[in-house]
Amino acid sequence: MPPSAPASALSDVTASDSTLRRFLHGLPGVDAVGLEARAASLGTRSIKTTAKAYAIDLAISMVDLTTLEGADTPGKVRALGAKAVHPDPTDRTTPTTAAVCVYPDMVAVAKEAVAGSGVKVASVATAFPAGRAALEVKLADVREAVAAGADEIDMVIDRGAFLAGRYLKVYDEIVAVKEACGTNARLKVIFETGELSTYDNIRRASWLGMLAGADFIKTSTGKVAVNATPPNTLLMLEAVRDFRALTGVQVGVKPAGGIRTSKDAIKFLVLVNETAGADWLDNHWFRFGASSLLNDLLMQRQKLATGRYSGPDYVTVD
Amino acid sequence: MSEKTEQQRLTVFKTYKLYVGGKFPRSESGRVYEVTDSKGNWLANAPQSSRKDARDAVVAARKAFGAWSGATAYNRGQVLYRVAEMLEGRREQFVREVAEAEGLSKSKAAAVVDATIDRWVWYAGWTDKISQVVGGANPVAGPYFNLSSPEPSGVVAVVAPQESSFLGLVSVVAPVIATGNTAVVIASEKAPLPALSLGEVLATSDVPGGVVNVLSGRTAEIAAPLAAHQDVNAIDLAGADEGLAKELEIAAADNLKRVLRPQPVDYFETPGIERLTAFLETKTVWHPTGSLGASGSSY
Amino acid sequence: MNNVSSAFEYAPAPESRSVVDIAPSYGLFIDGEFTEAADGKVFKTISPSTEEVLSEVAQAGSEDVDRAVKAARKAFEKWSALPGSERAKYLFRIARIIQERSRELAVLETLDNGKPIKETRDADLPLVAAHFFYYAGWADKLEHAGFGRNPRPLGVAGQVIPWNFPLLMLAWKIAPALATGNTVVLKPAETTPLSALFFADICRQAGLPKGVVNILPGYGDTGAALVAHPDVNKVAFTGSTAVGKEIARTVAGTRKKLTLELGGKGANIVFDDAPIDQAVEGIVNGIFFNQGQVCCAGSRLLVQESIQDELLESLKRRLSTLRLGDPLDKNTDIGAINSAEQLARISALAEQGQAEGAERWSPACELPESGYWFAPTLFTNVTQAHTIARDEIFGPVLSVLTFRTPDEAVAKANNTQYGLSAGIWTEKGSRILAVANKLRAGVVWSNTFNKFDPTSPFGGYKESGFGREGGRHGLEAYLDV
Repeated sequence: MPPSAPASALSDVTASDSTLRRFLHGLPGVDAVGLEARAASLGTRSIKTTAKAYAIDLAISMVDLTTLEGADTPGKVRALGAKAVHPDPTDRTTPTTAAVCVYPDMVAVAKEAVAGSGVKVASVATAFPAGRAALEVKLADVREAVAAGADEIDMVIDRGAFLAGRYLKVYDEIVAVKEACGTNARLKVIFETGELSTYDNIRRASWLGMLAGADFIKTSTGKVAVNATPPNTLLMLEAVRDFRALTGVQVGVKPAGGIRTSKDAIKFLVLVNETAGADWLDNHWFRFGASSLLNDLLMQRQKLATGRYSGPDYVTVD
Repeated sequence: MSEKTEQQRLTVFKTYKLYVGGKFPRSESGRVYEVTDSKGNWLANAPQSSRKDARDAVVAARKAFGAWSGATAYNRGQVLYRVAEMLEGRREQFVREVAEAEGLSKSKAAAVVDATIDRWVWYAGWTDKISQVVGGANPVAGPYFNLSSPEPSGVVAVVAPQESSFLGLVSVVAPVIATGNTAVVIASEKAPLPALSLGEVLATSDVPGGVVNVLSGRTAEIAAPLAAHQDVNAIDLAGADEGLAKELEIAAADNLKRVLRPQPVDYFETPGIERLTAFLETKTVWHPTGSLGASGSSY
Repeated sequence: MNNVSSAFEYAPAPESRSVVDIAPSYGLFIDGEFTEAADGKVFKTISPSTEEVLSEVAQAGSEDVDRAVKAARKAFEKWSALPGSERAKYLFRIARIIQERSRELAVLETLDNGKPIKETRDADLPLVAAHFFYYAGWADKLEHAGFGRNPRPLGVAGQVIPWNFPLLMLAWKIAPALATGNTVVLKPAETTPLSALFFADICRQAGLPKGVVNILPGYGDTGAALVAHPDVNKVAFTGSTAVGKEIARTVAGTRKKLTLELGGKGANIVFDDAPIDQAVEGIVNGIFFNQGQVCCAGSRLLVQESIQDELLESLKRRLSTLRLGDPLDKNTDIGAINSAEQLARISALAEQGQAEGAERWSPACELPESGYWFAPTLFTNVTQAHTIARDEIFGPVLSVLTFRTPDEAVAKANNTQYGLSAGIWTEKGSRILAVANKLRAGVVWSNTFNKFDPTSPFGGYKESGFGREGGRHGLEAYLDV
């Protein structure tokens, strides 16, 4: 991992609220219709046979298998961990998922469940999903998760501050959380794109997050009406592509919420392939935040292997 | 003016001149030709324009096009109405000129002049309406705002009617300039005087110089270089006979001028909008609309 | 951590050819029957991506033109006398049949033209059906179209169409002609006659009366004979400006009504405050849609000098992702050039661009061995004086020029004998309107490019032709007004 501090070219951008605002508002605008048309056009790519097999395995390897329920228990989390390690018990060639994603109090359980498998444990933190808490509370949340062994922290930004134009506050908070993550945990910054409302805001938030040291930028919590969509993910892929071109720093992207089918997942991989490029086609740089997606990927994988359509009874419900 | 006065003093003849770029030049060729009334009596010597005069007129018309087409439609309407006002004041002069030119009785000539003045008023009112009649929003099947609006073609060469030297002339010139085109007009060959006098009216009617340019002379001689001119965008063949019209149309094909062919017209009738639309282009502009925010979309 | 390797190579995804059944030979379609040419002449139509012969087609001569015009004249009497509501229903039928057969027609068009199936499937065919639907609805409402209380058809329309959008250009010609009560004789281009002949079959399925639509495949001389035929009342042509001028001379001095949709050299103007990523897409779409064989292509990129480097870098990166190859593959972005002749013209102009000192660039791109192919090409350091900035190339070749101010952009954009299309990219609304207002072009796309719709009038200023196709405006060309 290269250091994720902003490159010197951009070091003065965050000098004050006004310089930051000027920078973010100076980014090229986004034409919504054009963006959506491009996403739709890439959505017509026809991914068949060997390409499909490759894409399905890649997608499985990119899943952050997630449970973020009030009713989560150690048992539920252990089952999820087992599934992440062996997504398809009938076929050991199936890749593991990238991570399991849980609340901070479940990190220790998850860590134990995936021990030795290479599957990471990600934890949402910073008063997920609303992000409405004092900074100290958020940082405590992060520290607890990291202390329990979380490899990755999925933080939410303060959308209220963002929409009010207090970009430096959002920036400072991300910097503080990044610091709390220490050197071992990678930081995913969730924008809750559905609440940012406009594509221009999503582009600005992406740059803001990357300037503040995000390792990943992530669309959503999965807890609002509109989560990951092809256009908003395409837009974020453009942002990480441009950020690397400018600073040399590569940042990952994680669409989360609403991606349920293999067909959808493959469309996202096409977006990655033709926007950010092949460098991002790796679970170090691209993730799917999803729960039900995995089973559909597994059923499709079985179909490709056997030529028969599979059914829900042939994949595990965890 | 009474008979008595005329007998008492020698009248002052008018030297008829071309009207080009807001000025009144003689033909660069120095040529004139004799214009007579319907009975063959000498009326005046009119300038006999050359191809160079035609060229100069096109330059003047092109130069005037930007500002005239860029003026508000309301402004163009006011200017055209002003022409009617000025003509009304010179009604007697034109009644005499038309009577002499076309061999009409004074009352018939008066009817022609009145109809001509009214024609200016009619077209003055069109300037800010034609866009609404022939343009509009198109309901395309997609997230786009799509608007078609008419725009003037540019410089229009007008071969004015040969017989109807004043009403016919105005009936073909007014619609050309109403929409923002500029015109190079070839006056009726045998009855050019009302057209040349109209130039004097236009010069005092807030019509910017170069918007209408009036040439007199041999129709075929002047029309040929105009039809072939690469900086002329359209041509109205109203006053060309069949043979000449075909020749001019062939020449006009070189830069794909818009061509309005000669056709029988009763100039006393209220016109339709055909002469307006003949020299209009339709420009259609697209722009994305889309939804208010990123949340409106899903896949 | 991850046992997945190897790159994301898209496997071939060819559309099935079996949905279309191309006969070994086709006749002329005259008076509801397929018939041989009077002189027995035939020509071969090939697939430009493989050079495979697809079929042998009868070639109409002047005797056949006369026969077809007579058939159309005979049919005109009844067709024009039909209540508009009945004509409408025929057109609705045709629209529906086109929708039903759209997969077949898309594959056919891709085979005969060489353009990607993605385009025939997602652009050509949907627009073809939509065009017939749109004009079907006008047939019984003509008195409301603003052309007088009882607008009358002209008679027999002679229509000559190009090879770049064979079926779509047919729809643009035939739909308004039939809706207004005219009958037609249509000549498709010699390199792409098949979809018009399939359309003849659609007319049969729709029960269209004999002689209302006649299809005469042939070369330029067939078109010339049709245009010159004394019993043709209306001539509509889409094609090159040179031929357009020839036609204008031919009809001079007649009463034939003429509309022409000709060449272009569209300027795509990108300001420094443009939505860059969408602008890049618009530029790509503007010049590489249909391999740039589009009269309204944005073949001149006018970029504000201050963002030139940034934009070109993005553009080149984007061009590197274009997929050139088998037009039937659903993932192909760039198909074949339509003919050897067209390829030679594109190649010659590109070489001239180089010879005149412009800098040529193409992405790494392997061209198939058989067929007619040209890699997407970008020329920088181009000025208004370069041939490639003035002549219509009609191929996937983009000339990049720079400007400093909006005034300069408009002056350069308008500095052409053409006036068909233009593009504007800026986030500033007032600038869009100001620039759009000054551009001498019939279609202006702002923050988008190459969008088409049956309700939207299309056609040029200056030497790009006259008359409009599409929308209410498109009716005028076929009415006696």
